[in-house]
Amino acid sequence: MSDTTTRRAAETSGRQQGDHPSGDNRFELVDKQLKRGRYSQDQLIETLHVAQDVFGNLSEDILVYVARALRLPPSMVYGVATFYELFTFDPPGDHSCTVCTGTACFVKGADDIVQGVSEAYDVPAGETAADGSLTLKTARCLGSCGLAPVVVFDGEVLSHQNTESTLELVAAAVGGGS
Amino acid sequence: MDRRPTVTVHFDGVEHEAFVGESVLECARRLGIPIPSLCFLEGISVWGGCRVCVVEVAEDHRLRPACATTCVADMEIKTETPRLRAYRKSVLELLFAEGNHVCAVCVSNGACELQDMAVQTGMDHVRYDPQSPKRQIDASHPKYVFDPNRCILCTRCVRVCDEIEGAHVWDISYRGESAHLITEMNKPWGESMSCTWCGKCVAVCPTGALSYQGRAVGEMEHDPAMIKRLALARNRHEWLYPEEAK
Amino acid sequence: MAAPIDLHEVSEREREARFRTRWRVKACGSTACISAGAGAVINAVEDMVEREDMQLEVQVIPTGCMGLCSAGPLMRMMRRGGQETDYQKVTPELSREIVRSHVINEEPLPEHQLDTGIPFFTSQERIVLANGGIINPDRIESYVAHGGYSALEKALTTMKPKAVIDEIRTAGIRGRGGAGYPVASKWSLLSAAAGDTKYVVANGDEGDPGAYMDRTIMEDDPHRLIEGIAIAAYATGASDAYIYVRAEYPRAIERLDRAIRVARRNRLLGRRILDTKFSLNVEIRIGAGAFVCGEETALMASIEGRRGTPRLRPPYPTDSGLWGHPTMINNVETLANIAPIINNGGEWFASIGTAKSTGTKVFALAGDITNTGLIEVPMGTPLRDIVEKIGGGVPDGGTFKAAQTGGPSGGCIPSKFLDTPVDYESLRELGSIMGSGGLIVMDDSQSMPDVAKFFMEFSMDESCGKCTPCRAGTVQMHNILQRIVDGHGTRGDLRDLEHLCTVVRDTSLCGLGQAAPNPVLSTLQYFRSEYEALLAKEVAHG
Repeated sequence: MSDTTTRRAAETSGRQQGDHPSGDNRFELVDKQLKRGRYSQDQLIETLHVAQDVFGNLSEDILVYVARALRLPPSMVYGVATFYELFTFDPPGDHSCTVCTGTACFVKGADDIVQGVSEAYDVPAGETAADGSLTLKTARCLGSCGLAPVVVFDGEVLSHQNTESTLELVAAAVGGGS
Repeated sequence: MDRRPTVTVHFDGVEHEAFVGESVLECARRLGIPIPSLCFLEGISVWGGCRVCVVEVAEDHRLRPACATTCVADMEIKTETPRLRAYRKSVLELLFAEGNHVCAVCVSNGACELQDMAVQTGMDHVRYDPQSPKRQIDASHPKYVFDPNRCILCTRCVRVCDEIEGAHVWDISYRGESAHLITEMNKPWGESMSCTWCGKCVAVCPTGALSYQGRAVGEMEHDPAMIKRLALARNRHEWLYPEEAK
Repeated sequence: MAAPIDLHEVSEREREARFRTRWRVKACGSTACISAGAGAVINAVEDMVEREDMQLEVQVIPTGCMGLCSAGPLMRMMRRGGQETDYQKVTPELSREIVRSHVINEEPLPEHQLDTGIPFFTSQERIVLANGGIINPDRIESYVAHGGYSALEKALTTMKPKAVIDEIRTAGIRGRGGAGYPVASKWSLLSAAAGDTKYVVANGDEGDPGAYMDRTIMEDDPHRLIEGIAIAAYATGASDAYIYVRAEYPRAIERLDRAIRVARRNRLLGRRILDTKFSLNVEIRIGAGAFVCGEETALMASIEGRRGTPRLRPPYPTDSGLWGHPTMINNVETLANIAPIINNGGEWFASIGTAKSTGTKVFALAGDITNTGLIEVPMGTPLRDIVEKIGGGVPDGGTFKAAQTGGPSGGCIPSKFLDTPVDYESLRELGSIMGSGGLIVMDDSQSMPDVAKFFMEFSMDESCGKCTPCRAGTVQMHNILQRIVDGHGTRGDLRDLEHLCTVVRDTSLCGLGQAAPNPVLSTLQYFRSEYEALLAKEVAHG
């Protein structure tokens, strides 16, 4: 879903620049979702999902836009968006490294991987490095427990990882690491 | 005289009459049986989050929040047992450890429901590590001050603003340990476009988290009963404040 | 309105197509095997078939999970007339070699073969996962050819709603999501509830770390879930249904979405299903990363687009649920059991498992164990059989220390209870729960206070923050556990920890908080000496 929406976003913004009143045509995709949900207030989470797919993160402008469209109090929209783990408010880094910290991965040493990457790139888990090169995330359970420990790097699922192999992988894409 | 149908219930072994549909807490209040509570407020919806008002309901021995348990016929309710005392005390200790509750410098010292509960349950010290959160006071509103250090997340302000005033300025953001109150998009309260300056949130706050500007230590008194008056006045055709009516 | 699907004709056609080629290659395309490189394998075989003009000889079928995830990617060569050979740890090169060897030389490659005679396969009894590794999840025809939607047809055309509920009651099936509430009772409550608008919700918010059976069902057999939902809705008089899926499962969302559209086109969903008077609308709702949304009332709040905080019960969802209407929430695995029950009868189902826990249960075996993967066994199978026979025991010469079931709401079962039959009551007696079916084996290198701290951190992070004991109590318990693990704990800490466990267990609002102390309580019960050993130093100093 995310691929197609992003692609459509690119097409739309290329074709008719500046048509949306906000000046940013990506809002048209949010509008489309709002329309599909008939502006029903229970569509808030669905709409936020689409908005995050389109924009990459949920900035204050987007939250205000969604709140106005669904006629919801801004504090409620903010409350919902912050409640759920998957909504992010800061722009993501160029690369993303997600370490699964489910039970099976924990038993197989996922904590060491998180700590290793965190120390090497000076980025706390759940945040983006200061230079914006890498976002380090942890996931609750990716449901690939037979392959523990699991790391997802830029969308690719990698099985039976350890600290060295993960650091190698990150270094190959991001470079450096101290 | 109230002519609602009633059922028989037992509070700590003593027989009483409860109205059908009445909650255990309301019934106990009416009968003068003390059950401590924090998040409950007459006139707005039940939240059931503070867990101070838990009581034992016989047979299954499970604890139930008195505010959200409806009286049914022949219910055996225990409001005072060693177990309940120990639990209520622990829950209060957790609340004290969670925020920065320093009574000596609080505007509500002496008029604070949290403080009263601690006295009532005999909570004389906190066993747990203070979490000492770092929270910014919001004094941007011309009339009121919000001090999140003293907030216990009872959500009375959220509910009263939404249900009675209809403004929904307040809500809770994030979750778990990080949960905290926000106004609008997590902006300073003073910048809020939807706040009507009605002051109901300040009136209902059980602690010193919400207060009037310029109050010194121990000067802030809340008026939570105001909400009950507002919520019920129309039904009862009471158009004057009780003191004016006299 | 298009004519409804003719189940009989579709399945005949599909069966004929099956024998169109001499060879069928089935490659596991489930998430675990895809992560191990199954995508490349499927592509390699398809490319080769096309390039070497073998379309008349070989058809390639991507299937759902075959079970033994640790040996993935898995591939099966099936010859017309019977002979089947399974291969493990297949690479693209190897897959080409296998196909060539079989098709051209009629020779298997024994050195890469997977022995399906091992207890991992022979000790299982597959009902829910029956179609895993057999059907192509993207094709409704494939599901229909294996008996799909016949149960819905049977229920709609030959059974009254009450008869369906009676059949479920005879089967004795209990909820697979955790607490084990009898399914028929829930259905009766919704059926008896007043009102024209009623909802059925499939709970696919599988949050327990270590459990992935619901994802496997949704990805690999989406029509089976839809069929279960349709039968449930018919039996209870519901006209709308939601499937609540974690956003972490994009493949499941995609497949379910497609399956719903295909089912609607074939008049298996939508208005006047199979030309009967029964109509049902099914929608998917996507979670956004909150474990607590697996709790019924929180899940409903999330479907309504609000913060996923649980509310007090009563009123129960079957009285007042989504938007105030009667609502019934069933776990995905529960609903996946419905079609086989209707097809084979409740008595057949009740004959499997134990008297109080009927049927089978799917477990996700993981951790320090040789065979990791998804298994399905009759209820009441001794834990030892699961760990030693099916799981192949602890690898690398380690010794079994404990099995963790029920995730952050469950507990650790020590080796002395290995002979316990796995059913709802026995597990609860041991201080654990069935939960959704994650089963993590730990060897003697694992420190139990560490494990307890891991789960407490989970509960602390996932607490919604509504009630005091769960919000603040989990933080305090985590602090104490951290101190103990770091070797700074005192006897007083241990006492406070135990007291907090009971406070949080007894005073929390929802199941998440009430069960959060379970991992600590069970490890304290069985491995107390480990906690005390960590305190010992401090005591010696006086």
